[in-house]
Amino acid sequence: MSYFRVDNLSLHFGGLKAVDAVSFEIRQGEIFTIIGPNGAGKTSIFNMISRLYEPTTGHLFFEDRDITEVPPHQIASMGIARTFQNIELFDNASVLSNLLVGRHCHSRTQLWQEIMFMPNVRRAEKAHRSKVEEVIEFLDLQAYREKIIAGLPYGVRKVVELARALCSEPKLILLDEPSSGLNVEETDDMSFWIRDIKNELGITVLMVEHDMSLVNRVSDRVLALNYGRVIAEGTPADVQRHPDVVAAYLGA
Amino acid sequence: MRFIFKTDYEQDIKLLQHGGHWWSYGLLFAVLAAAPYLVGSYLQSQLVFVFIYAIVGVALMILVGFTGQGSIGHAAFLAIGAYTAAYLQARGYPFEVYFPAAGILTGIVGAIVGIPALRLHGIYLLIATISFAFIVEEVLARWESVTHGNEGMRVRAIEFFGQTVSRDSNSFYFLCLGILVLVIIGTLNLMRSPTGRAFIAIRDSETAAKSMGVDIGRYKVRSFAISAAITGLAGTLYAHKMSFISPEMFTLLLSIEFIMVIIIGGAFGLHGAILGAIFIVMVDPLITMLKDDVPGMIAAFSRGFGVGEDAARAIQDRLYAIFSAPGLKGAIYGLIIILFVLFEPLGLYGRWLKIKLYFQLFPLYKRATFRRQKTYVKSERNR
Repeated sequence: MSYFRVDNLSLHFGGLKAVDAVSFEIRQGEIFTIIGPNGAGKTSIFNMISRLYEPTTGHLFFEDRDITEVPPHQIASMGIARTFQNIELFDNASVLSNLLVGRHCHSRTQLWQEIMFMPNVRRAEKAHRSKVEEVIEFLDLQAYREKIIAGLPYGVRKVVELARALCSEPKLILLDEPSSGLNVEETDDMSFWIRDIKNELGITVLMVEHDMSLVNRVSDRVLALNYGRVIAEGTPADVQRHPDVVAAYLGA
Repeated sequence: MRFIFKTDYEQDIKLLQHGGHWWSYGLLFAVLAAAPYLVGSYLQSQLVFVFIYAIVGVALMILVGFTGQGSIGHAAFLAIGAYTAAYLQARGYPFEVYFPAAGILTGIVGAIVGIPALRLHGIYLLIATISFAFIVEEVLARWESVTHGNEGMRVRAIEFFGQTVSRDSNSFYFLCLGILVLVIIGTLNLMRSPTGRAFIAIRDSETAAKSMGVDIGRYKVRSFAISAAITGLAGTLYAHKMSFISPEMFTLLLSIEFIMVIIIGGAFGLHGAILGAIFIVMVDPLITMLKDDVPGMIAAFSRGFGVGEDAARAIQDRLYAIFSAPGLKGAIYGLIIILFVLFEPLGLYGRWLKIKLYFQLFPLYKRATFRRQKTYVKSERNR
């Protein structure tokens, strides 16, 4: 069976079909990119995978388990983490505590133990902290540990959000436009990190992206959507040459 | 400027970050320990009220400041704690039984009140908590078999492990101080653990919190329950301090006073709750002073400038009438809130941080350091 499978997924807002009978499969350890013009339904698919939206029809399978009915807060502990298109960080907290929230799905301590800060809580906190430090090292965030998010530049926030997702030690990571709002240099860094996430950490990546040069550099396979429907699927080069994709982007 | 060189993860966890903290908190404790022996009974009593308000302030800080859920109903939680204590004490239970019982019962009620909070946001949640407060007030007035209705209930001195602790004694002062310290330490522990971070996460972005594995409903209810339970504990102390409780003591105005505690103190840290409590408790004596002393002073002043005796007396009477007008307290509270929200949204603690930073960075302090950044881009809120 496949690693992650989307089966006949639809999302209708009244008469509007934001996502219309989309099916695709992701293999373990690949970088899979969804492209498409604005309003094609890319982020809607993401929101359905992270269970923020309720699919109208269809099913999602992760490691052969149907996750269509799993509540949103359990998705993270199943090993699926995500970032957001416009950055959803905890603005009035430090980078460290943002990253520690990423560890939330691994915390097992009870409320009363936390109130008394029992030795097991202290041990768990140190373990979380050292895991977070690994991610900080991986993404070069050392300079920002204690900084409050609200004062950080956009590019750094983008990386912090990626770091927070990595802190939950996911098996599958969903990146919603990782390069939006980044300059050329930062986009380059991002493309290296995305490849490192796949190669060094062994995490499968599902990504939505507009920057075609980034897509070409990192993706193993690409899916093109338009008006909620799949119009092409294959290697980056194949998809870009596909007549329907050219029509969707440039007009027929 | 102090730079802390970190070599161990322990340093991120511990509560007192550096030697300076040990000195300053040690000094504070020494002063608080000596205070009841040095100050008069009036000031000692005011300090006890500061402690009780500070406990409620900490409770409200957890809910409003850290979890981002509004509540204008905390007087009701205070009332439930107070009445539980009075009722159980009248049935002959000792303090060590009804004190935790009041906390637990109020916590359960708080959890129930928290359930609507799963669906309500912002101002609608405030309305729900206000109506809860009115319901409790009404129940207290009508459920005469338990609460004695509007007659109120008498609360005797505390019986604590066989010791009698009267409400004016220094022992009561230390009891309140001790409970405040325990509540603060418990809260600080909570805020450096996963639950506390989940609260912060819910405050700043529910969507992101959800996708990071935070069960929003569970943590909101938790936050309400913890906040209510702490307020219930404060209610017991409040009942003993007042020695008499009746429904009209737990009105909307008291809830607003509690909200003021954290707005004036600064709704982003426990320091704010303490500073706000000090401020609010001290407003009352200031208003009394305004009423009793200020008209006479101004009259004497105007006499000095050659205003005739009759005119001076007229001024004094006029001012006295203004300052003792009913509702003056509410008006002053309103004015204070407006001024703080407009000019110092970070509250007294924020002001303190600014002053501290000014001297740390002297002469390089930038005025914009604490300016709040407005974010214009927010992805769609999945509420």
